[in-house]
Amino acid sequence: MDQFTLNLLFVGASFALYIGIAIWARAGSTSEFYAAGRGVHPITNGMATAADWMSAASFISMAGLIAFVGYDNSTFLMGWTGGYVLLALLLAPYLRKFGKFTVPEFIGDRFYSKTARLVAVICLIVASVTYVIGQMTGVGVAFGRFLEISNTSGLLIGACVVFAYAVFGGMKGVTYTQVAQYCVLILAYTIPAIFISLQLTGNPIPALGLFGDHTASGEPLLAKLDQIVRELGFNEYTAHHSDTFNMVLFTLSLMIGTAGLPHVIMRFFTVPRVADARWSAGWALVFIALLYLTAPAVGAMARLNITELMWPEGTDGQAVSVQQIEDDARYDWMATWQKTGLLGWEDKNGDGRIQYYNDADPQMQEKAAANGWEGNELTNFNRDILVLANPEIANLPGWVIGLVAAGGLAAALSTAAGLLLAISSAVSHDLIKGQFMPEISEKGELLSARIAMAVAIVVATYLGLNPPGFAAQTVALAFGLAAASIFPALMMGIFSKRVNNIGAVTGMLVGLGFTLVYIFLHKGWFFIPGTNSFPDTIDGSLLGIQSTAIGAIGALLNFATAMTVSRMTAEPPQEIVDLVESVRVPRGAAAAVDGH
Amino acid sequence: MSDKPDNKAYWKTNIRIVTICLIIWAIVSFGFGILLRPMLAGISVGGTDLGFWFAQQGSILVFLALIFFYAWRMNKLDAEHGVDEQ
Repeated sequence: MDQFTLNLLFVGASFALYIGIAIWARAGSTSEFYAAGRGVHPITNGMATAADWMSAASFISMAGLIAFVGYDNSTFLMGWTGGYVLLALLLAPYLRKFGKFTVPEFIGDRFYSKTARLVAVICLIVASVTYVIGQMTGVGVAFGRFLEISNTSGLLIGACVVFAYAVFGGMKGVTYTQVAQYCVLILAYTIPAIFISLQLTGNPIPALGLFGDHTASGEPLLAKLDQIVRELGFNEYTAHHSDTFNMVLFTLSLMIGTAGLPHVIMRFFTVPRVADARWSAGWALVFIALLYLTAPAVGAMARLNITELMWPEGTDGQAVSVQQIEDDARYDWMATWQKTGLLGWEDKNGDGRIQYYNDADPQMQEKAAANGWEGNELTNFNRDILVLANPEIANLPGWVIGLVAAGGLAAALSTAAGLLLAISSAVSHDLIKGQFMPEISEKGELLSARIAMAVAIVVATYLGLNPPGFAAQTVALAFGLAAASIFPALMMGIFSKRVNNIGAVTGMLVGLGFTLVYIFLHKGWFFIPGTNSFPDTIDGSLLGIQSTAIGAIGALLNFATAMTVSRMTAEPPQEIVDLVESVRVPRGAAAAVDGH
Repeated sequence: MSDKPDNKAYWKTNIRIVTICLIIWAIVSFGFGILLRPMLAGISVGGTDLGFWFAQQGSILVFLALIFFYAWRMNKLDAEHGVDEQ
């Protein structure tokens, strides 16, 4: 069976499974559409949350981010998992006790203000829409590479599948599809990693192999990697090169942003009890950690593999020849990926060999001059291809490649569905029912939720087909907004009885405004190139803080403003104080269900 | 809920548990993983040092332990203060 048929088989089978679940799990009421009837087992919800959370960025990009930078990018590992501690300890149990359907609904009720609810809806929609664009383009890329069809048709097929289970099933359909998608994506991620770990270290558990010995040299794997990249003039893999203050702040921003992303928070509305919400956050992190503990191993091992392929005789010997890249089956993946434009090489000095080294390093420049090299000849290596190309680089069987194709699609589709659900519930529940048509019937609301979902899918597909130039920048924006506006408002709503409507609204606006302006000042207004006032580097930035790490400062300003303004204005009324007290204790959670 | 004083004690204990958990959360990630890494440089783990292990794996394992500890401790506390879900 050829590779194309295998890919088609794996992707087709996984899609048939998702459609099957869509038919089985149709939503009949708003409670089922928004919260899966609150009957989801905490372990099931943990698995769905893991798929909801782990996007194309986690599956496709993260290992590459670590592979080419090393220790300094541990920020992603700690930031994207540490947020779950904040979620589990500070938000999830209380919001489940509150027992309503959306994040803006809590903000609106707790701060007795339609304005607060509207601000929350705007933050939610901006954060979720920017985030969903990346998922949709990811779907197109994965289809284009593995099924040899155009990005456009790939994206349209993906959109139709999401349509089938999200529009009819709502949260119920999305939950059970996400469980299936988690199983596909985790198998697709770990199976190649196990093979590679066995090849390099003899240890079947990649997370342990990372700190084990490299079989071929007998040295510890990380020591070997440090040595080989140092000899090519690159930064040592395990050493710290970045600015420490910014590393801390960026990690903190990712953590707070993670805890404030509405599509993750709303998953905790689906479990039956407060106690289940606490357990469920733990299970979510268990399922996330299976991938996140494997990712650094995949990164380091892939980096070692690639470097050794480029220098088959070792870094002191001759570089790989162009002839060998064309003839040797171990180098077939290079030709495959060259076609996508994501990998490129060029024999600049015409010696028939491809020298891969850091041509910005002074010592390497001397060595290059002595050997007649004219710059790094592996001219283009897109970090995003690392996980997708990994099975081919490690020469794994064809079915593993098919599985990885299905896994990449599962990661992108599951996150897209979760985001679309957050958007459509905010539109139907918070805007249509909350602001314009409070008297709408349950049936009418369910219909409007389905229409909102369908419109959201169409908009997301359109943006995925015509991604605005700033698509890559927007993830920073999504996390910044969630960190600076949503997380502080939710936390103060639970942990302070004193913060009132005026304080919360000014706090959110200050946090949001500051973060937006700071990002725009460095990345350009509305991400239009050339309109930035400061270079987007640490040294050139306004406050010495990189724009991606500013969310934590925005959150701090939000807290400070809300507290100060609240102290200067009237205390919240007694019924709000009672509401906070009732949210703080689990008793009566069942009674709060559907209480509106 | 007529037993207000008991709810107050319950909330105070909760805040104490949350604070302790968050101190540990910060120590393993921002501390051992980043700021205190030079202090741990002497302890070697598989070709590198303990700080690198905390940054890439150790902090995640501690986060897991913290969330499960919190869930177990709070579900017990709910019962002790009679505020658990019946």
